[in-house]
Amino acid sequence: MAIEGIHIVQAAAFLGAGLSMGLGAIGPGVGEGLAAAKACEAIGRNPAEAGLLTRTMLVGQAVSESTGIYALVIALLLLFVV
Amino acid sequence: MTDDIQVWMKVAAFVGGGMAMGFGAIGAAIGEGYTASKANEAIARNPQLSGDLFKTMLVGQAIAETASIFALIIAMLLLFSNFSHTSPLLIATFLAAGLCMGLGAIGSGIGSGLPTAEACIGIERQPQMKNRITTIMLAGSAIAQSPAIFALVTSLILLFIDFTGKPVSPTWAAILGAGLASGLGAIGSGIGEGLVAKSGCEGIARQPAGATRTTNVMLLGMAVTETTAIYGLLIACILIFKNFPAAESIAASMALLGAGLCMGIGAIGPGIGEGFAGQSAVKWIARNEEGTATLTRSMLVGQAVAESTGIYALVISLILIFVA
Repeated sequence: MAIEGIHIVQAAAFLGAGLSMGLGAIGPGVGEGLAAAKACEAIGRNPAEAGLLTRTMLVGQAVSESTGIYALVIALLLLFVV
Repeated sequence: MTDDIQVWMKVAAFVGGGMAMGFGAIGAAIGEGYTASKANEAIARNPQLSGDLFKTMLVGQAIAETASIFALIIAMLLLFSNFSHTSPLLIATFLAAGLCMGLGAIGSGIGSGLPTAEACIGIERQPQMKNRITTIMLAGSAIAQSPAIFALVTSLILLFIDFTGKPVSPTWAAILGAGLASGLGAIGSGIGEGLVAKSGCEGIARQPAGATRTTNVMLLGMAVTETTAIYGLLIACILIFKNFPAAESIAASMALLGAGLCMGIGAIGPGIGEGFAGQSAVKWIARNEEGTATLTRSMLVGQAVAESTGIYALVISLILIFVA
């Protein structure tokens, strides 16, 4: 089994894509969960403002999602472009 | 060369057994210790109830213990494997089975301890609700065990399926990837489900009149939290049962290993995050009856958004398996 440079590079790209998306999913997952938790708490305390609170929650989650999307983009770049 | 493979098979089985029990002991010990600390707190507040509280503590700890008993079983199977059949793929199989069960027991061990701890506090607060709280505690910690059961199933499939005839080159990576996907993928859901069940026990003790709605939303929240562990199991099953053509290049192997790692690690964060969301929603539904519908909706929306990164990880894993 001859291991050539091109294969090692390809192997590293595949492994890197997996690690990028895997590790990149931890932070947004926990962060968005915390945002949802605090939003539920706030709605529980003040149900009249549910609309406003849900909107704020979604905007906050969208921002914290961005790093997950960066990880996805890098993984896709590693898979199909590099 | 045959002797060499047999030596490495034994190395893999013993290292795998060590990792299964070593990692597998982490979660249950933390969960049971947390339960004991909360039981002590409850008994200190109301020593007259020490009999009931002691019993609840022991029952809950026994459930949290199951995850590490699974790990013990797999470790024993690995230590006393039959090494007469020689195949290089068995090296990967032993390592993967050990890693899968060891890592998979962490989350459920911690998760099962959380509802029990809260049940002890709750029974101290509302002794007349003892039966209801105990039922919810049992349901909650049993469901929190399910990710560890997924890991157990994957480990057993790995140990008992026959991989002979499959090409060594990409299959070793598929086996290791399957173990990592199912094992790592169980961590987040185990902890997350424990968090949801914890606030279910707390909520019923605080507001016994709302027990039905609290239980319903608790079960719903736990089901959503379970999904990422199911993704891990799914990827593990695909990796185990799909036939991969022989490939000399190391790239094909790394794609499969990467797929397993991606799904396994990627499931941790969403699992814990969805647990946080469910925990808070259940807690406030118990306190605020009129808000039940709004809170359930917010919980589901929040969990769905937190799920998205887990779905990205699933997509990348599937691309690595089927396209790359």
